[in-house]
Amino acid sequence: MSALTDRLAEVRAEGRAALIGYLPVGYPTVEASVEAMRVLVDAGCDIVEVGPPYSDPVLDGPVIQHAAAIALEGGVKVDDAFTAVEAVAQAGAVPVVMSYCNLMIQRGYERFAQELKAAGGAGVITPDLTPDTGQDWIAAARAEDVDTIFLAAPSTTRERMHLTVGASRGFVYATSLMGVTGERASVGSAAERVVVEARAAGAEFVCVGLGVSTGVQAADVAAYADGVIVGSAFVKALGDHGDMEALRIKVQELAAGVRGQS
Amino acid sequence: MTESLQSAPGPFFGEFGGQFVPEALMAALDELTDAYEKARIDPSFTEELVRLARDYTGRPSIITDVPRFAKHAGGARVLLKREDLNHTGSHKINNVLGQALLTKRIGKTRVIAETGAGQHGVATATAAALMDLECVIYMGEEDTERQALNVARMRLLGAEVIPVATGTRTLRDAINEAFRDWVANVDHTNYVFGTAAGPHPFPAMVRDFQRIISVESRAQMLDLGGLPDAVVACIGGGSNAIGSFDAFLDDTDVRLIGCEAAGDGVETGRHAATLTGGRPGILHGSRSFILQDEEGQTLPSHSISAGLDYPGVGPEHTWLASIGRAEYWPVTDADAMDAFRLLTRTEGIMPAIESSHALAGAIRLGNELGPDATVLVTLSGRGDKDVEQAARWFDMLPKEDA
Repeated sequence: MSALTDRLAEVRAEGRAALIGYLPVGYPTVEASVEAMRVLVDAGCDIVEVGPPYSDPVLDGPVIQHAAAIALEGGVKVDDAFTAVEAVAQAGAVPVVMSYCNLMIQRGYERFAQELKAAGGAGVITPDLTPDTGQDWIAAARAEDVDTIFLAAPSTTRERMHLTVGASRGFVYATSLMGVTGERASVGSAAERVVVEARAAGAEFVCVGLGVSTGVQAADVAAYADGVIVGSAFVKALGDHGDMEALRIKVQELAAGVRGQS
Repeated sequence: MTESLQSAPGPFFGEFGGQFVPEALMAALDELTDAYEKARIDPSFTEELVRLARDYTGRPSIITDVPRFAKHAGGARVLLKREDLNHTGSHKINNVLGQALLTKRIGKTRVIAETGAGQHGVATATAAALMDLECVIYMGEEDTERQALNVARMRLLGAEVIPVATGTRTLRDAINEAFRDWVANVDHTNYVFGTAAGPHPFPAMVRDFQRIISVESRAQMLDLGGLPDAVVACIGGGSNAIGSFDAFLDDTDVRLIGCEAAGDGVETGRHAATLTGGRPGILHGSRSFILQDEEGQTLPSHSISAGLDYPGVGPEHTWLASIGRAEYWPVTDADAMDAFRLLTRTEGIMPAIESSHALAGAIRLGNELGPDATVLVTLSGRGDKDVEQAARWFDMLPKEDA
């Protein structure tokens, strides 16, 4: 068990899905992004994904690319992500980090895991690292009792699903569609199939991300997943000027959604 | 050397290479790897590739002795492997025909590609026209401006060219955008990767398709009397260089030299000399040397040559550098442009600015080795696309009235 699985089990016991909010640290400024993460927690996120911005985010759509570029121009550092992790933990949600792997490799997997743990972080989602090439990371994370959260996609084969589920701790991140992050008119039917296949492969908790931006969509996904992951919609609400009230309203909408109140 | 270094299979070359990509692409990479492993030993595939190389590309490409140029290279004998004479004007067609055939074989109907200078984009658009494939080319906005003629060529060939306005607006951002397209459309789309970088199987597959350069040139050199003292090629991602080196890898007396783009000079920080100024990291799906800051953010690269303006390099090159089998030299914009003018004026052959980096390396090497040496240089492409840029560099354009 871990802080993540404990929280997901509590949420399941409440008969609902968890709301997992993503924000890149440093957007629009480091200070505002940390404040925004507190807003996520206060307005109903159970788990917060802190994203250290990366120069070449190949799995991100325009909204998060734009936010990352602004954060990098503002001089954000990986250290700032750990600061944000601490703030999320203090605010009462479970913090995880979602990071492209080169940032972790340059810091050193061991040091990355240690610093995350020291800041109160529970796990790391790795969008461009799969269990195949992630063995060193998995070893470093296990040594610090940090959860390794890998992605499963609609294209994931049965064999790869077993690999992915077997290497994941905390939860499995099911991507709802083939594509990059960003809002979509509908989440589509592939998501439920990925969740079902991940469970069949032995996953205890499966959370769905990519394309969820409304309370109605969150309610739909909450019907079959353990958690609903929302990123771009929150980034867009926050905006270049750090609109905390707009963000709060959006989070509340999604938080009602995962409770089936949309 | 007891074991052959040629045609290393990947996914890793020493500690470099691999597949660092989103899970969504893993099935497609596995499918591609599998299809390629079958195709490369299937006569119906290899014979068709040989036929296209002969009847469409115009292979084998010739070797040209360039004595007037060589006078400026310490009097060494300099020979050019003329990839500039290929259909579409560069070595890129060798790789593209292979990958386009493979696309047909796996039943996909749409190809995407990134391009820097436009050579790979033009080659991909050409193969797509030939083989009736829908084609979308991603090109950094800065590159669409400095290579406007190639943008028009691609559009004339029926391809859609999408300028990429994010990040540094160059080749690296075009690759990011092509990966994003691929993740979303992988069910019917194949990514025709232009260089010997990226995730497995691209480094090994692109190397295999470009290997014909050195297979031919090695035989041509033996016919002329013997192997060269050195093979020199320009290197950005490294496809023409690895193709130029591969058949010579076990000839330990043949030096292999890749010429990287040093831009304003490596010491200025404005360059694209990844093996000279980089360190290990992950970019675009493989572990290799990259230009990056201390945190791992990719640094902007700079080169007068759009085709070499890339902050990464293929993993097999990083491996060859690490084991000392190949050398990688930085060549500045200024030295490359001097070599561009020299070859044009002394031999009537106008090289691509990319290839001019190799020519500058050959001048340096010839002066180091002296008149007894023989240096084989891959002229990876022709300079037609670079006329405007070169004319601007040499201040040959008509002045506008003030």
